[in-house]
Amino acid sequence: MSQVTMTVNGKEMSGDAEGRTLLSQFLRETLGLTGTHVGCDTSQCGACVVHVDGVAVKSCTMLAMEAEGASVDTIEGQAAQDGTLNALQQAFQDHHGLQCGFCTPGMIMSAADLLKSNPNPTEAEVRHHLEGNICRCTGYHNIVKAIMAASGQDVSSIAAE
Amino acid sequence: MPKDSGIGASPKRREDVRFLSGTGNYTDDIQVTGQAYVHFLRSDVAHAKINGLNLDAASAMPGVVKIFTGADFEGVGGIPCGWQVTDRHGEPMQEPAHPVLAQGKVRYVGDQIAAVVAETLEQARDAAEAIEVDLEELPAVVDMKAALAEGATKVHDDLTSNLCYDWGFVEENKPAVDAAFEAAAHVTTLELRNNRLVANPMEPRVAIGDFNRATGESTLYTTSQNPHVIRLLMGAFVLGIPEHKLRVVAPDVGGGFGTKIFHYAEEAFCTFAAKALNRPVKWTSTRSEAFISDAHGRDHVTKIELALDADNNFTALRTDTYANMGAYLSTFAPSVPTWLHGTLMAGNYKTPLIYVNVKAVFTNTVPVDAYRGAGRPEATYQLERVIDKAARELGVDPIALRRQNFITEFPYATPVAVEYDTGDYHGTMDALEKMADLSGFEARRKESEARGKLRGFGVNCYIEACGIAPSNLVGQLGARAGLYESATVRVNATGGIVVMTGSHSHGQGHETSFPQVIAEMIGIDESMVEIEHGDTANTPMGMGTYGSRSIAVGGSAMVRATEKIIAKAKKIAAHLMEAAEADIELKDGAFSVAGTDKSVAWGDVTLAAYVPHNYPLEDIEPGLEETAFYDPANFTYPSGAYACEVEVDPDTGKVTIEAFNAADDFGNIINPMIVDGQVHGGIGQGIGQALLENAAYDENGQLLSASYMDYAMPRASDVPFYGVDHSSQTPCTHNPLGVKGCGEAGAIGSPPAVVNAVVDALRSGGHDIHHIDMPVSPSRVWQAMNG
Repeated sequence: MSQVTMTVNGKEMSGDAEGRTLLSQFLRETLGLTGTHVGCDTSQCGACVVHVDGVAVKSCTMLAMEAEGASVDTIEGQAAQDGTLNALQQAFQDHHGLQCGFCTPGMIMSAADLLKSNPNPTEAEVRHHLEGNICRCTGYHNIVKAIMAASGQDVSSIAAE
Repeated sequence: MPKDSGIGASPKRREDVRFLSGTGNYTDDIQVTGQAYVHFLRSDVAHAKINGLNLDAASAMPGVVKIFTGADFEGVGGIPCGWQVTDRHGEPMQEPAHPVLAQGKVRYVGDQIAAVVAETLEQARDAAEAIEVDLEELPAVVDMKAALAEGATKVHDDLTSNLCYDWGFVEENKPAVDAAFEAAAHVTTLELRNNRLVANPMEPRVAIGDFNRATGESTLYTTSQNPHVIRLLMGAFVLGIPEHKLRVVAPDVGGGFGTKIFHYAEEAFCTFAAKALNRPVKWTSTRSEAFISDAHGRDHVTKIELALDADNNFTALRTDTYANMGAYLSTFAPSVPTWLHGTLMAGNYKTPLIYVNVKAVFTNTVPVDAYRGAGRPEATYQLERVIDKAARELGVDPIALRRQNFITEFPYATPVAVEYDTGDYHGTMDALEKMADLSGFEARRKESEARGKLRGFGVNCYIEACGIAPSNLVGQLGARAGLYESATVRVNATGGIVVMTGSHSHGQGHETSFPQVIAEMIGIDESMVEIEHGDTANTPMGMGTYGSRSIAVGGSAMVRATEKIIAKAKKIAAHLMEAAEADIELKDGAFSVAGTDKSVAWGDVTLAAYVPHNYPLEDIEPGLEETAFYDPANFTYPSGAYACEVEVDPDTGKVTIEAFNAADDFGNIINPMIVDGQVHGGIGQGIGQALLENAAYDENGQLLSASYMDYAMPRASDVPFYGVDHSSQTPCTHNPLGVKGCGEAGAIGSPPAVVNAVVDALRSGGHDIHHIDMPVSPSRVWQAMNG
């Protein structure tokens, strides 16, 4: 066991980790930030996406120790201090972009990464970007719609919510 | 103008706030003080005799608390099956024992041999690797027909064969059905496989057992769609714990799709071990483990025959199905290929004579049980595929052939024992033809052909039986449970309401939609109503959520309880206004006396109920809380028409979905936004089944597609935006909300539409093919085109 320190959602946090402890596990079990979810063990599902030094990563593919000294952003840090959802979170609620909510943290973190580099993505670009995020509930319809709406595009011509 | 509250409105989902901000409470998020972790050592062969287990080295590993084996469970009950099917000869199905941990033999890859409990998960895993297992491998039976062959290896030595049951439905109709085939002008025959699937809710299963020695109470936290059912099955049949000493909590659950209905051995193990060790025991499935321990779905092999007269009227239908049960009977497994399948074979059509034969077979594979639709997708797929083939053989339009044979008069008693109360199959087809721009299809096909692609259009109709189910009926059919639902409506002194429901939400949005119903009934704001579910300690005995039953059965229970509340509140209001009870009206959250300007607000009445100073204490009790149990009079029968348009690349065989449209009749709709979302999700899964997903076993019983690297889950780029329409609404006649249920429709209606479209595309390119088995993968399409 060694102590690992990182800045999580703007706050310095420390905890013990084994060499094999994954970042996803460290966030959930050691730091108690259970918003980051684990839906697979082969780095396919994307429920565990967080941002490390501004880059979207699947936190199950990274060891906690590799994040020593890094700045990590998770779903818990996305809303404002008073709980107000950010534009992307709000678009997911407005357009019913989630059902069971399990894939949602990864979807939000992955979509935020897309909008940072591509503020006005096409439908095809959104779908391509979500290649590493699996949702079993929504058939993706309202997720894609929500992300396009969050980018400021008019999605009213896309069929039902 | 859309409503902004109450029934028919689409308020934003209140549960979303916690899910979007990472503050949900899923089972794996729960850490119980002092918890130990369990790792299950699972069989890596499909069939073997356990000659010995040497635990010495493993037990001495760091952190190991105890290693459990089958020997620890002698005298403990087995995992029960909740449905007993009677075969065509009147005999009960063969029902094998299903131990919590393997007793002497393992019967599928994934079967639990031992359970290592340790201080940390890593220690438990490390120790499991040090267990010495002496397995004597036996031949595995994987293929269902081979499993029924003379002399086949038996999955269970104490059963007479691998045949669970041979079911005929309706057995007395068989001679008449056979005679109709003799007399038919045309018979279309199709053999197909409904591919085996893994439900794959994104949240893997989790179980945490806890035991309080001071009170003797056990608690199980579990990822379940129906905590009361788990309490009943595990408490009464496995561990012998009465309900008042067993609490089951299913908090936020990350999707279910059927596979979280069932009572699993891991739940019983954690509850048992927590008591044995006097400390909490937690198990979290990995995804790899989920593939070999969550009950699978579908896996039917069917021959279907359709008889038509000279005018193309359907005269008879005959099917012969092999249904895989896997190695053990999961909770509702026997009901899926029988009562949830045979009863649906009339579909939307007035076929007068139907005979369904189902042979359920044990194999050395993971148990198979309900997956979204459960039996109804299998029925719809074979029926709608054979109708499409018949249309092509006869040279008639597939839609016209369907329309010609539609049931048009309701109620309609089918020859397979169910009575449809309402429906409008022409109505949904009309809506579909409009949405799908059928008239523009030929131009789109030409445009595709100009680019070297083949374009196809496929249509599908479905009927399903939802709102499961009348208890007396299912009891006669073999169910070992009732299928009512419950609700307690607790009105607080200041007028706010808490509804404790036996339904369970794992994505369906009950916390938003259920309050809409109460708000509409009383005329108060939805924000005054809160929904509690998922904890047997504070909700009345309920049967949970599956079979598209929440609003139809659970919602009806809530309506009945609210009606009792309103009736009592009217008595109180009458007393307060010194008026006759019969003259009291409730509107917009206020009680008034008809024909006068007297009124009292909702909050005045609720306060009087709890501060009964001026109150008719001689007539009624104080307080305002009522419970109702609702047992449905019939199933509900949602229906619809779906269309899929595909493009096929003849060079690669790759199929792309160019358009998908769905017109459904769900009766009345509480929240259109949520209903649309349910249909989208079902279509996504149906497209997954049709194009991508397959749980493939090799001949030795190894699951070849046991991770997301091998099992092709649908991704965002595999599907288009969907068109959905619910304008055709024929309300259910026998429940108070007129609702039918919408959770499974998309998964039932979409696979045949996709395959019909692919066949249409290939035929347009001159390929004389009638069928490709799902998943319609590029290699299968290419082989079909290139022989």
